[in-house]
Amino acid sequence: MTVLVLLSYEKGNYIRPITRSAITAATKLGDVHVLLAGKDLGDLAQKASALSGVKKVLIADHEAYAHMLAEPTADLIESLADSYDTIIVPANAEGKDILPRVAGLLDIQPVSDIVEIIDTNTFVRPIYAGSILATVKTHDNKKLLSVRGTAFAPTAEEGGSAEIEKLTHFSGSEKTLSKFCELKISQSDRPELESARVVISGGRGMQSSDNFVLIEKVADQLNAAIGASRAAVDAGFINNDCQVGQTGKIVAPELYIAVGISGAIQHLAGIKESKVIVAINKDPDAPIFKASNYGIVGDLFEILPQLEEKLGALK
Amino acid sequence: MKVIVPVKRVVDSNIKPLVKSDGSGIEINGVKMSMNPFDETAVEEAVQLKEKNIVTEIIVISIGEIKCQDILRTAMAMGADRGILVTTDQAVESLSVAKILKHFVEKEKPDFVLMGKQASDDDMNATGQILAAKLGWAQGTFISKLELSEGKAKVTREIDDGQEILELTLPAVLTTDLRLNEPRYASLPNIMKARKKPLETVALTDLGIDLKNSLEIVSIKEFSSSRESIIVDSVDALLDKLKNEAKVI
Ligand SMILES: Cc1cc2nc3c(=O)[nH]c(=O)nc-3n(C[C@H](O)[C@H](O)[C@H](O)COP(=O)(O)OP(=O)(O)OC[C@H]3O[C@@H](n4cnc5c(N)ncnc54)[C@H](O)[C@@H]3O)c2cc1C
Repeated sequence: MTVLVLLSYEKGNYIRPITRSAITAATKLGDVHVLLAGKDLGDLAQKASALSGVKKVLIADHEAYAHMLAEPTADLIESLADSYDTIIVPANAEGKDILPRVAGLLDIQPVSDIVEIIDTNTFVRPIYAGSILATVKTHDNKKLLSVRGTAFAPTAEEGGSAEIEKLTHFSGSEKTLSKFCELKISQSDRPELESARVVISGGRGMQSSDNFVLIEKVADQLNAAIGASRAAVDAGFINNDCQVGQTGKIVAPELYIAVGISGAIQHLAGIKESKVIVAINKDPDAPIFKASNYGIVGDLFEILPQLEEKLGALK
Repeated sequence: MKVIVPVKRVVDSNIKPLVKSDGSGIEINGVKMSMNPFDETAVEEAVQLKEKNIVTEIIVISIGEIKCQDILRTAMAMGADRGILVTTDQAVESLSVAKILKHFVEKEKPDFVLMGKQASDDDMNATGQILAAKLGWAQGTFISKLELSEGKAKVTREIDDGQEILELTLPAVLTTDLRLNEPRYASLPNIMKARKKPLETVALTDLGIDLKNSLEIVSIKEFSSSRESIIVDSVDALLDKLKNEAKVI
């Protein structure tokens, strides 16, 4: 069996950790080939070839894939599909945009967000914002899967020496159904939310964008990424891409600290795989406490500065 | 412009779903059902576009049991013009839904289809993209902003590290992020008016579409959290636990 994994990377030539998790999942199903599509790929091919567990890197270096638009990228994957039993993408915004389009082209029902592989046809995936886990079996002879990064440990960045093959025929490259206009990237020097060891998130209880400074100061002490609830994002306290939950990012850090977040199921959907969860909330009945390992009942405006100071003193 | 907005009837997202005692599915008996919140956002956007005279007709479509009429009426009370209900007792997966929608797109010839990016029950996030592929149309997924002009849609998409702006050639399939708008509550007079709007009902079996479900649900179980929920009374006590018990700092 051979599996094709779509490589998700950031501009600046950094392979996203979620791609490495997808590769780990793929190695459970067969030999792994990765598809690197884009333009001006720099040293990404070498990086991909070095990933542990990868047998072959296919490169599609063409203007049409510069922004990984769904239409040309799905056509490209469809053109390669005959050689593969399974096609996997990381379950991030990019993978979720592209994979179902491939599924439509191949007339296959995709399986999104898998968190466990039972056998080559049977997978576990969360439904109802993660309150229910469903074991599903696909009867399609080709499988199209998106993989939750938090459910599989990322494969090592070193150790592999995969063969590199440059594709010369570019399916879909002539199609221009959509045109890229602009990318607005939120700059941050902090670790990436989805792969950070520690995440601290603020909710509606933070009251304002300015108050997020209190979170930032604690994050500095812990080298943490900063997240937020949907309420905090909608209120404009912080950027949209910081949202954690059913419709935001899925995180699984060693330590997750929820500050002024009530613990709605849609938020919990994004943090369930965290190793340790801490809740800081003034309402002792807030549901977040039941989903936490440790909690402090109290005013976050008193607790956060103490936390910052005492973490500093620990060092 | 003419728009089709597909809507799904789901367990209300404020309710914690429970597995039936025999494990065969989710308990929906006596449980509050609502329109999928992502679809509500799509209906709202279509209605706002109609209020701006950009959209002239909004058709809402639902697939499922006869009870799905209630969410079609809700959508019409929000401002949709007419509804189509495709009745079936079978569960239909994303691929089948896309094929059914394609049938109506070909019949109604809308300028675009606007739909929720996912349903809050199965969280599959696939139908819009599959439909776009089957139609050979452009797709704009997870959109938080939409501007329409002659033959074009400019969309802002919520992506992994920020936002992306694309210009799509119409016709296209657009899927909504919740940030696109704040859906309205239908007013009582509008609820009354919606009762008189046309609602066509067709049986899925009469459409002559060849459908099969390829995803079998083997079992389902409730996620259970096994966390201790220890409440500590000071920051010092918390740090002590994190350092010496959990060993995460
Ligand atoms: C379809 C759908 C998808 C959704 N997706 C997501 C998602 O991806 N992510 C997400 O987060 N939400 C999501 N939501 C929204 C979710 O249901 C909740 O509304 C949201 O998570 C609430 O955010 P919050 O906890 O910050 O706000 P609230 O529920 O208002 O809670 C604020 C908390 O702050 C506490 N607080 C206030 N002041 C203080 C203080 N001074 N000190 C200490 N504590 C204080 C309060 O006690 C309260 O518990 C979704 C909803 C729907 C319907």
